[in-house]
Amino acid sequence: MTTALLSVQNLRVTFPTRQGAFQAVRGVSFDLGRERLGVVGESGSGKSMTGRAILGLVRPPGRVTADRLTLGDQSILNLPERQMRAIRGNRISMVMQDPKFSLNPVMRIGDQIIEAYRLHAGGGRDAARQKALDMLRAVQIRDPERVMGAYPHEVSGGMGQRIMIAMMLAPDPEILIADEPTSALDVSVRTEVLNIMDGLVRDRGMGLIFISHDLNLVAQFCDRVLIMYAGRVVETLAAKDLHNARHPYTQGLLNSLPRLDHPVERLAVLQRQDSWRDVPLQTDLPGGL
Amino acid sequence: MLTVTDLNVWFGYPPDRVDAVKAASFTVAQGESFGLVGESGSGKSTILRAITGLIDTWSGQIEVAGQAVAGRKRDRAFHKTVQMVFQDPYASLHPRHSVDRVLSETLKLQGMDDIDGRISRLLNDVGLGKGFRFRYPHQLSGGQRQRVAIARALAAEPKLLLLDEPTSALDVSVQAEILNLLTDLRAEHGLTYVMVSHDLAVVGHMCDRLAVMRGGRIEEIMTVDQLRHAGATQDYTRHLIAASAGYERS
Repeated sequence: MTTALLSVQNLRVTFPTRQGAFQAVRGVSFDLGRERLGVVGESGSGKSMTGRAILGLVRPPGRVTADRLTLGDQSILNLPERQMRAIRGNRISMVMQDPKFSLNPVMRIGDQIIEAYRLHAGGGRDAARQKALDMLRAVQIRDPERVMGAYPHEVSGGMGQRIMIAMMLAPDPEILIADEPTSALDVSVRTEVLNIMDGLVRDRGMGLIFISHDLNLVAQFCDRVLIMYAGRVVETLAAKDLHNARHPYTQGLLNSLPRLDHPVERLAVLQRQDSWRDVPLQTDLPGGL
Repeated sequence: MLTVTDLNVWFGYPPDRVDAVKAASFTVAQGESFGLVGESGSGKSTILRAITGLIDTWSGQIEVAGQAVAGRKRDRAFHKTVQMVFQDPYASLHPRHSVDRVLSETLKLQGMDDIDGRISRLLNDVGLGKGFRFRYPHQLSGGQRQRVAIARALAAEPKLLLLDEPTSALDVSVQAEILNLLTDLRAEHGLTYVMVSHDLAVVGHMCDRLAVMRGGRIEEIMTVDQLRHAGATQDYTRHLIAASAGYERS
C-alpha cells in the first residue's frame, strides 16, 4: 500500500450513561491510502460514529480517544475547534446520508456552494461562482445555471446528493467520508451518484471512506472492506473476496439478503453470538490493517 | 380478491395538478402475493393509499372481495378485509401508547371480544413474547416495532394485507426476520398480499407476480419467474433490474 493518508489506531468513542460508560466505537484501527475503503455494519455498529470521530464531530459528553489519529503527519485527535475547522472541509470532507437534511432549505444552492468554497479557499465571489459552476458540471448536472438559483426543495433527491458532493469536493479534499450517500436514493440514481464519486476519486487520487449497510454494493464499489459489529472491526478483507468471508457475522449478513438469482424458501436469519463482541480480528491482507 | 381498473389518482388543481397514477389496472387473486415496484414518485404507494381510502381524488374502479369502493368512505366490512402496514415503524406507532393499548384500541374498533386473549395470541403470532405487551415504542427496536405494526394489522383478521415498504427502514438481518414472519403468516392465515417495494430482490423473494411502475403508469406486469430469467419485455424494466443488481465499475 502507498503511504497512508489517514492512520487510525485504537479509536474509541465513549458516552457516559446512567448505566456507566458506553463505548460506541471500541478500538478501531485502519490505515487509509488512496483507495476506496468500505465500512459496513448494521445500525448501531459504530460505523457512522467512526466517521464522525475522525472529523471531530462527536459532541460532548461523548469522548474520543485513540492511540493515534493522524492525517498525513499531523495528529488530528481532539484538536481545538478552530484548528479542526481548518481541516474539516478543506482536507477531509463528509457527505451525509440525506441531502434533504444537510442542505440549508432557505438558501439558494449556488449561494451555499459559494459560501462553502470561499470559507475554505477564500477568493472573490466571481471566482467562487465560476468554481461552483464547474463543480456542478463535474457532478453531471446538465443545467448548472438554473440549479445555482434553485432552492433545495426544487431539486430531486439524487440531484441534491450530487450537489452535496459538488459542495464537498470544491475545496479539493484529500479524503472524502461518505456516510450512506446513496441509501436515500433510487437504484438508478444510485448508479449515477456512484459513477460520479468513482470518477472523482480516481481522477483526484482521493481517499474515500464509504460507510454503508449494503454489503453487496460495497463489495462492488470499494477496494477494501471493514466489517463492524458492536463498535469493533470484526473482519477486514479485499472487496472482491467478500463472498469468501470467514467471520460468521459477515456470512450471516450476506445470507440474510434475498437474491434474485438464487431464490430460497426462507431467508437465513442471523444468529448473533456474544463472542463476536470480543474475538480478535481476522485478516488475510498483507500488511494487516 | 382485488381488482383495480383504470385507476387515476391526482393531486392539486389545474394548472398545478399532478397525475400521480395514470390508468393503472391489475388484479390480485385470492391467496396471491403481488408486488408493486418502481422508483420514488412512480405512484406505487399512492395506489395503496387510494385503495385504503386515504386519498379521495381518484377515478376508476377498485373492487375488494367483489365489493366496489368509492371516494374515501370505507365501511366496517372493508376494514375487516383490508389492513395496511406502513413503511416506517418509527412513525406509524403512537409514541405514548403502549403495545397493549395500540392493539386493544384496534380490537375494540373492530368490535372483537376476548381482547385480552387476542392480544396474547397476536403477540405470539408475530414472535413477540408476553414481555413486550406493556412496552412503549421507544423501548422496542425497529424490527420489534414493525412486528407490532404487523400485529395491529392482523388484529382485524384481514384477508388482504397491503404492505408499503415494510422492511426498507430495517437492517438486512432484521429484514430477513420480518420477511420470514410475513411468509409464515401468509401460509398460516391464508392472506393475500400487495407489497410495495423499491427493492426488486425483496419483491422477487416475497411475491408471485409484480407490476413495474414508472411515472404513474404500470409499465409491465410479469411473473417473478420472468423477472429472474430475463423475461422483461420493457426497456425500463431491464434497466431497473440491471441497476438493482449493483454497481458495475466502469
